[in-house]
Amino acid sequence: RKIIFEKQWFYLDNAIGHIYGTTFEVTSGGNLQPKQEVEETTTETKEAGTDNRNIVDDGKSQKLTHDDIKALKDKGIKGQEIVQQLIENSTTFRDKTEFAQDKYIKKKKKKYEAVITIVKPSTRILSTMYYAREPGKINHLRYDTLAQMLTLGNIRAGNKMIVMETCAGLVLGAVMERMGGYGSIIQMYPGGGPVRTATSCFGFPKLFFDNLHEFPLSKVDSLLSGTFSTETLPSEPEDNVLLEEESNGLTDEKQTSLQEAEEESAAEAAMEISQTEEQETMDINAEDVEFKENKEKENKENVREKQRKQWERRKKLIETAALLREKNADGLIVASKFHPTPLLLSLLEFVAPSRPFVVYCQYKEPLLECYTKLRERGGVINLKLSETWLRNYQVLPDRSHPKLTMSGGGGYLLSGTTVVLDKGKSDSSSLEALKMEEPSSKRCKVQDLHC
Amino acid sequence: MSFVEYGDTIKDGDTAIVFLGHESMFPVKVQHGTVTQTKYGVIRHSTDLIGKKYGSKVTCSKGGWVFILHPTPELWTMNLPHRTQILYSTDISIITMMLELKPGSIVCESGTGSGSLSHALIRTVAPTGHLYTVEFHQQRADKAREEFREHGVEHLVTVTNQDVCKNGFGVSNIADAVFLDIPSPWEAIGHAKSALKPEGGRICSFSPCIEQVQRTCLAMEEFGFTEINTLEILLRVYNVRTISLQIPDLGEAAEDNSSTGFDSSNPSNQGSPCANLQQGTVQFKSGVPLREMVGHTGYLTFATKS
Repeated sequence: RKIIFEKQWFYLDNAIGHIYGTTFEVTSGGNLQPKQEVEETTTETKEAGTDNRNIVDDGKSQKLTHDDIKALKDKGIKGQEIVQQLIENSTTFRDKTEFAQDKYIKKKKKKYEAVITIVKPSTRILSTMYYAREPGKINHLRYDTLAQMLTLGNIRAGNKMIVMETCAGLVLGAVMERMGGYGSIIQMYPGGGPVRTATSCFGFPKLFFDNLHEFPLSKVDSLLSGTFSTETLPSEPEDNVLLEEESNGLTDEKQTSLQEAEEESAAEAAMEISQTEEQETMDINAEDVEFKENKEKENKENVREKQRKQWERRKKLIETAALLREKNADGLIVASKFHPTPLLLSLLEFVAPSRPFVVYCQYKEPLLECYTKLRERGGVINLKLSETWLRNYQVLPDRSHPKLTMSGGGGYLLSGTTVVLDKGKSDSSSLEALKMEEPSSKRCKVQDLHC
Repeated sequence: MSFVEYGDTIKDGDTAIVFLGHESMFPVKVQHGTVTQTKYGVIRHSTDLIGKKYGSKVTCSKGGWVFILHPTPELWTMNLPHRTQILYSTDISIITMMLELKPGSIVCESGTGSGSLSHALIRTVAPTGHLYTVEFHQQRADKAREEFREHGVEHLVTVTNQDVCKNGFGVSNIADAVFLDIPSPWEAIGHAKSALKPEGGRICSFSPCIEQVQRTCLAMEEFGFTEINTLEILLRVYNVRTISLQIPDLGEAAEDNSSTGFDSSNPSNQGSPCANLQQGTVQFKSGVPLREMVGHTGYLTFATKS
């Protein structure tokens, strides 16, 4: 299958059988050729200027014209040689400082030497990629923020986690990676079904999906109030559910084909990150063809088959509801486009005491409100509103400095720990509790609640 | 309880966290017949703790009360006895993700120090992974071993008492990731490389000074590591406060007072019930940064062996 990436197209066939981390060169036919250690001795011109006082920007320092370069490219000459030509034909190159020469070469290499590294998918790669390429799809959740969520949420093998996300399934995938197939995850989803575009990029074994459950967000209230029951589900809304699920099935299908498109673009995006460094492949190609075929067959198959599937889906739903009803989840992770307060106030009901929860929001203000509401509700301690800043560095001999600051944009987190909720207590005692929790110097917080 | 598995009730021998309120907490080893003193009074382990649910409120002798929490690596990091400088959860989280750790990973670490990172690593690689940690300080190594035993994770960790720069990690070709928090990490890069699996793995080095980073990066390059990347992560914590700002008196005429309608409409826009208008003031909620924050812990340098 042809893959387009960074204005290059190629086939992945040749990459099969190589270990992850292998670097490839793109040849004219779109084939990949493994490339190992590059000799860093392209320029032995150890001639260099000391400063740029005599370098004038007259636009004529490069003697090769645009057409010359194009001709070189069309001839299929190796990128490395083009770079060499460019250097030789640059009148100012020799006058540049050693550092500037270095920089010039690096820039040209990036442009002309198409090198691609194929790496294994991981939360690190995928979250970095999504943040760089599709931040809107993951609510601008920066990768260091995601890392915080996984740690603050004490995500590990054996947990029973509740995840509510609208981050294309990236957060879900990150949680799944950390749980390694041990324990269970209940994904709460809005609308017709959970989105797992990014999740599928991880290439998890089937086993990991055995204990992955999903539950519609729209049924949470009825589950909490007790009106959601195994009897009402199959009988009363049966027709509705049937219809609903049928259409769900259709939208699912549409979604998956959309997802495929997305995956493709994601794959491209990944590789665009740094043409000379690391890239991404996902072996989804064969699968989705199969998937489509299956779907088509299904469509042709009789209604009974459909009903059987729906019945199975309903059975799964009932199972998930039972899991939630135990109210002993080991944690809650929320990262969605929705207002966090109602989500948290409801979903925390399903979490056992002395367990961590983490809410992500792109904006600080909703979390301020959420903080206040949680205090009023009680049953939580150790509330913390935080944000992380990430700074990358260029480290080179005599040229070390910070690269770029990423403040804001990475979103905010509200985290805390659940405790046993006092039931028979009135509001005043919960205020008292607050007073206890806060030293006297923090009295202003208590006042907040009074007004 | 265990640091790698949640338990419901507090048992004899558990390590629990006593939460007094507002970031004030301490760890306690639960033992029959023992008592713990807090500023709210005495906690008797046999009656007040053992058999109770984690997360419950425990009333102390003076009528005050505390919460008893299940231990997690993060709570432990905030409460552990310091034997060295430690890594905090902010750095730990990015280290864990960038090293691509997950259940089953084999990790090498040096030095063990106070075991703050070690607990987090063990949590992540359990139940099938393993941590090989090297500490050249005999006493610290022994203390760490003791803690791992107490915390029910000794099967997931091997503590070796030797100098990592001279003798390496004591294992070779088995690690998925290596973490270095030592004064001269560049002297251990070669050992790190041989500890990593032949098919590759990730490495991270933590150093407070840029000169250390410089030398480490050079060493990493020399040993053929790729994707070398240095970063720094900072945590900003906000206090949630209701702020009220006074409306300045501009000396307007009396009848104009009614036309300062923007004040009264403002609070409703905020959507916050607390932001109501008092005499001459406007109230609003704000996330106020702490007056002082941690400005620097260390530079984290990551690289890949492939």
